[in-house]
Amino acid sequence: MAEFDATQLLDFALMAMLLAVGIAIVRLRNLFAAVMLMGVYSLLSAAWFVTLDAVDVAFTEAAVGAGISTVLMLGAMLLTAREAEPVKAGRHWAALIVVLATGAALFYAIGDMPAFGDPESPANAYLGREYMERTPEDIAVPNVVTAVLASYRGFDTLGETVVIFAAGLGVMLLLGLGGRGRKRREDEEDEA
Amino acid sequence: MSPHLVLRIVSKLLIPIIVLFGFYVHFHGDYSPGGGFQAGVIIASAVILYALIFGVDEARRAVPPLLVRFGAAFGVLLYGSVGVATFLLGENYLDYDVLHPDLAHRSGQHLGILLVELGVLSTVFSVMVAIFYAFAGRAPEIPEEEW
Repeated sequence: MAEFDATQLLDFALMAMLLAVGIAIVRLRNLFAAVMLMGVYSLLSAAWFVTLDAVDVAFTEAAVGAGISTVLMLGAMLLTAREAEPVKAGRHWAALIVVLATGAALFYAIGDMPAFGDPESPANAYLGREYMERTPEDIAVPNVVTAVLASYRGFDTLGETVVIFAAGLGVMLLLGLGGRGRKRREDEEDEA
Repeated sequence: MSPHLVLRIVSKLLIPIIVLFGFYVHFHGDYSPGGGFQAGVIIASAVILYALIFGVDEARRAVPPLLVRFGAAFGVLLYGSVGVATFLLGENYLDYDVLHPDLAHRSGQHLGILLVELGVLSTVFSVMVAIFYAFAGRAPEIPEEEW
């Protein structure tokens, strides 16, 4: 390490916490604690994205991962048991071999990765640089992420919006908005 | 004297600020992190907080399911319509430059981005609230000892 960078310490600390929280989620049997820890995991990822200068991603992760999905998981948890069934102890050798092989391959590939923030890396060199250079002229908005998302890639975002709409439609068709189902249940209780 | 007095008072103070922040995230999306998606999620979380504190029925009165259903479809419609508008004005689909004559400041781009992001906001907000209503409407009220 040629020069010491304080954010590197922060990165290591965040990664260590992510690892600890991840292991805790796997090992916990209490669903409430697991859901809360998943929120913590999202918040830690968001903090990590901030240290990587990906503030838009961090914002989304904090709002969706730590906020909405935690609440939705809690809502789903209210409908089921509070404790997970204990998993039978045993050794899954095939799974262990797959995990070790994948991990070894990933570690082997680290050497070929471009350095963090390298302007010559494939992701930054061609289209990325083009967007950075042309946005002030073409779109004239300071936030390049918004320019790419809403203007250069407007079609993609339209598709994403339709996907969210379709997801909501699916939930509404399957579960309703809670209004009718509840009324029917109350009617049945009245009759009983 | 109702229970959770502190929670009620604090969330009553916070909810308008959360909604305001959501709109700030949307309208300021050109200049700072954020945009329609994040804004929609933030405003939806304000409604969900309201529902958690004051009950789902109370939230349904404030944000009726009909509005939620309308908003989800309206967002996609608005996004698509901006594209159709640019199309009819003689440009490519979703090419916002024709929306405003001031090409020097790219006002058409600003307007187009703001409108499509408003569509994203509407759909994301409505879908998030709809999913919450769908789940919360089935769950029994949270028992007192689990607060």
